[in-house]
Amino acid sequence: MPAADHRLTTREMADFVVDGYLRFEGIVPEALNQRTVDEMRRLMPVKLARFGPDVPAEAEGAAQPRTGTPLSDGYPPPSAIGEMLRLPAIRGILESLVGPDPVFDHDFVHFVHAGSGFRQLLHVDAIIDSTDPSFDVQLFYFPNEVRAGEGGTRFVPGTHLRRVRAEGVSRYHRIRGEQQFTGPAGTVLVAHHGLWHAGQPNPSEHERWMYKIRLNPRVPQVKLWNTSDLDALQNDASDHVFATVPADSVGRRLRRRHDWQRGHEERYDLRQRALLWRYLSGDTAFDVDYYLTRVEQRGALVEEVGSV
Amino acid sequence: MTVRQQVLYLWLSESALDSEVIAWAFHDGTQGRQGGIPDGDPPYKTGLAALEEGWLLLQSPQITPPPPGREFDPGYLPYEFVFERHWELPAA
Repeated sequence: MPAADHRLTTREMADFVVDGYLRFEGIVPEALNQRTVDEMRRLMPVKLARFGPDVPAEAEGAAQPRTGTPLSDGYPPPSAIGEMLRLPAIRGILESLVGPDPVFDHDFVHFVHAGSGFRQLLHVDAIIDSTDPSFDVQLFYFPNEVRAGEGGTRFVPGTHLRRVRAEGVSRYHRIRGEQQFTGPAGTVLVAHHGLWHAGQPNPSEHERWMYKIRLNPRVPQVKLWNTSDLDALQNDASDHVFATVPADSVGRRLRRRHDWQRGHEERYDLRQRALLWRYLSGDTAFDVDYYLTRVEQRGALVEEVGSV
Repeated sequence: MTVRQQVLYLWLSESALDSEVIAWAFHDGTQGRQGGIPDGDPPYKTGLAALEEGWLLLQSPQITPPPPGREFDPGYLPYEFVFERHWELPAA
């Protein structure tokens, strides 16, 4: 549960680092959900037509944001989508992850009609990406209830820190621990841009609407959340599962494994989580199970000697 | 009679064939006219379990050194084993 100022807590931030997403059930009021569906219905043909040779006029009642502009510039009133994005709860979540008034990258209306058999292959949206720990977020907003098997997005928790090409993961038809979204109307998932996911068939009688927006940070993503609990949870490099482990710490939370993370390969994901948390917390002394510190200390000894 | 192939990808937790299955994909050249795979999550506990159920191993993963500087970056699931089996079907 976010803090009173609507920003995320340290525990929620740690969960984001582990899972690659956070889920907020029914966070958008029902009255607003229906208005956003109406706006998405008007917006969708405009979005689709942009792939064609003729650029259409703007959707009635909703100006389209321009890529690279502040989020606050887009979807002014009376836009229902804009109203959803300006909810204090949504703004608090986004501020915690990508800072205040992040940059609008792009958005899209994802509609799966009733009876659709279309299945997307697993993929990553970050086709061209950096190797540093900075990240964008993608907000997935489901304005209607999505029941099991009714077109909810398939996604694989914990995959967001792996370096892959967009469609290179399409061969994984099933992965242990993967999920398919179900949830009440007004539920929002906020995901790291690297999370593996795929659209699913909707054999039901219900339409499945989803609005997705990608946002870039405009400030370093350091301590942007409500850090009132950070001092109590932040651990140093002595946090090691085979030595000493505090009763509750960021390190303890980052060690949580997903079902597909079996064997010793998961330690490479754990190293990536530690690097991301060093960035988020601005603390180069942070570590989990000593993986980074051990190598850095030995490396410093070799540097003392000079070239070898 | 005509021969059709089914292909089973199993991604295992480690480089050994008898390590745990963590991901899978099944491709059926018989278009459902012959048996598929068990319904479990995963369908087989290990790669060895698939052999024991009659799958033939086509390919084991190559264990190649990662590029310098990328030795510890996780990426694709590294331990990909490919299996097949053939079925003889009446000609269409």
